[in-house]
Amino acid sequence: MFKSFEPNKIFVVTSKAPKYVLLLFIVVLTIGLTEALVISPEDYKQSHVVRIMYVHVPAAWISLGIFSSLALLSVGSFVFKNKNFSLIAKSLAPSGFVFNIIALVTGSIWGKPTWGTWWAWDARITSMLILALFYGMYLLAWRIYENQEQVIRITSLIAILGAVNIPIIKFSVDWWNTLHQPASINILTTNVAIHSSMLIPLGLMTASFALFSLLIFLMKYNTELIKVKNKGLDRL
Amino acid sequence: MINEIISMNGYGVYVWSAFSFTLISFTSLYFVTKLQLSKEQKRFASKFGSLDVDKTKAARLQNINREILSNTSNI
Repeated sequence: MFKSFEPNKIFVVTSKAPKYVLLLFIVVLTIGLTEALVISPEDYKQSHVVRIMYVHVPAAWISLGIFSSLALLSVGSFVFKNKNFSLIAKSLAPSGFVFNIIALVTGSIWGKPTWGTWWAWDARITSMLILALFYGMYLLAWRIYENQEQVIRITSLIAILGAVNIPIIKFSVDWWNTLHQPASINILTTNVAIHSSMLIPLGLMTASFALFSLLIFLMKYNTELIKVKNKGLDRL
Repeated sequence: MINEIISMNGYGVYVWSAFSFTLISFTSLYFVTKLQLSKEQKRFASKFGSLDVDKTKAARLQNINREILSNTSNI
């Protein structure tokens, strides 16, 4: 079933793709930044500070998306006993962690002029911080444990346990009284409470962030495959 | 116009620091990842070069090995 996704076969694609993805990322990011910083209007309540949304929201979305993928890949690696799943998950994690940190830091910067504080132990912020801790544990486990079977088991467990936090982050604004505003965009119901003049830069910045995480994933995945091949050469 | 974009009604310091932090994080992650990739490619090339003729022949049979070697010059 997964034969066409074998590392030997897909390396031909993954080794050539990064330069094209990098080029596309630079183009989309340039257009996105122009839209976000210059063309999009200021908010009637928050004024220009609303522009932080164009980095904060995509970073939060992508860090959540990547952690969900880690959990799914971990389940896949348990069910199908395919080590390539854990290799893909390991390659996705660094960009997910960086996006999580970006979401926390930019959220903190946004909090100061709007809420009057850099940090609050609010349900959404706290659950995002917990996600960062899970990302940290996941990445640390890959560094600490050397036995491959053991590290795959431990990292999969961390990813699956951490996935419990994903719906908590998503619904924290509905379940508790928080400083955070409720979701303005709902993919399931296609409900959008944002004007197109703000939705376009948000979409462009999300696309550029997704391209960046794809770029880092491809580079990291190639690194991991070469590491495996290096071990293979040692055995020759 | 330029002054307005920079100051953003007094919120410029917040907006620009959020965007700067994001772009610095991107650049750092990109270069760290590129450095790790380049290190592994170099290690592979040097290990491959130290193999004897028979082992080199056996290793060259794998497409992925040829691909790694061909990409080592591109980094």
